[in-house]
Amino acid sequence: MIRYIYGSDLHRFPTLAASMFRDRADQFKTRLGWEVEVDVSGEERDQYDDENPLYVIWEEPDGRHGGSMRLLPTVGRTMVNDHFVHLTDGVRIQSPLIWECTRFCLARGARPGVAAALMLAGGEVMRSFGVAHYVGVFDARMVRIYRRIGSCPEILGQQGEGRDMVAVGLWEFTPEAQARVASSAGITPELSRAWFELSFNRAAQVAEVAA
Amino acid sequence: MGFMANVPRLDGLIERLESADALDDLQGIIEELRDDLGVDHVVYHWVNSNGQQYGCGTYGDWAVRYAEKGYLRIDPVVQGCFQRFHPVDWKRLDWSGKAARAFLRDAIEHGVGNQGFSIPIRGPNGQFALFTLSHNCDDDTWEAFTEDNRRDLILVAHYFNQKALELEPGRTPEAAQPLSPREIEAMTLLAVGYNRAQAADTLSISEHTLRVYVESARFKLGAMNTTHAVARALSRGLIVV
Repeated sequence: MIRYIYGSDLHRFPTLAASMFRDRADQFKTRLGWEVEVDVSGEERDQYDDENPLYVIWEEPDGRHGGSMRLLPTVGRTMVNDHFVHLTDGVRIQSPLIWECTRFCLARGARPGVAAALMLAGGEVMRSFGVAHYVGVFDARMVRIYRRIGSCPEILGQQGEGRDMVAVGLWEFTPEAQARVASSAGITPELSRAWFELSFNRAAQVAEVAA
Repeated sequence: MGFMANVPRLDGLIERLESADALDDLQGIIEELRDDLGVDHVVYHWVNSNGQQYGCGTYGDWAVRYAEKGYLRIDPVVQGCFQRFHPVDWKRLDWSGKAARAFLRDAIEHGVGNQGFSIPIRGPNGQFALFTLSHNCDDDTWEAFTEDNRRDLILVAHYFNQKALELEPGRTPEAAQPLSPREIEAMTLLAVGYNRAQAADTLSISEHTLRVYVESARFKLGAMNTTHAVARALSRGLIVV
């Protein structure tokens, strides 16, 4: 299932959180060879994890991380504005209606539907919170994944070639795109909505506990 | 006519917000905003990293009672919004606790309303603010109102916060966020009457990319929409046509 968890609430999901940060180390350092910091317990974190981001996480039935992404509003500190302005024509992308999506990560051996489920969840956030666009940094490998799940970003700018390509892109989420992504995720829009409600509707959670 | 023809209702208010030069002015503006939106109450509340607070709004006696009763500690709105960044309909919060229920009853008795919508705002250096609307109506009416106006409300909330920060006593004013050359080009083309497709084509970028640049420029200019942003860029001399 998909969970939406703020950084300040990750401690309530210790297994999920620890496996997410370890899978991030595995993806970004071991597999992609990015220069990221991995701590003694094998977890990858950066300065943006300290900004109380909203994590969108696929939780496997055993409670472990299957895939995730990290959202931050562009009115605060973002990776794109701090490090990649040269790829956006020098434009600092800032608006409460544009959020940054970074650290899109898939656990080793994650089922094909997980990436699509995360994109679908991104759509729930957009529709419910008034977000018009996501902006994010991604690499060549992700382009193939995005294409497969039917949610290709619009590339604002890129550097490097082939495997070393890094780009800043943006996503919108049209109803057509949602239908495509839902079908490749193998998740009904109703189920996707129900997961969203479970994370953000405290009243629904209370009703569930009371029932 | 031209680009000022379809400026929506909040633009006049945003202009007055822009020209406010003291925190006291914000009280009058927030009352006006309540009237423009047609809701019972609008409240803005800010806490900075030193714990200093500032607020204004239309709660009247309820604000005094809230402080006296120490409701800040039990208010599910504050618990549910603090240090977060997504807007919240009050119905989605946890009101199941005894103290929270008593607080809600008291709030409704004091005219706060049975509906609320709060927008958390992240400012610089740990500053945090909350912009709230409350009203008395049924669930469907409230849902329709917040859904139709969500993006405008999010923008207004952030512009209110920017102004409050600018007017904070003892604060050295920061230079207004400058537009990058690319944003200036985009705004200039729109100002001379290019549509989005033509402007994007001229700049050799996609329409989506143009939209994001214009969106960023709009926010930096404190404007509610593109026409308003163009007008502001012109009046500030940032673009010349």
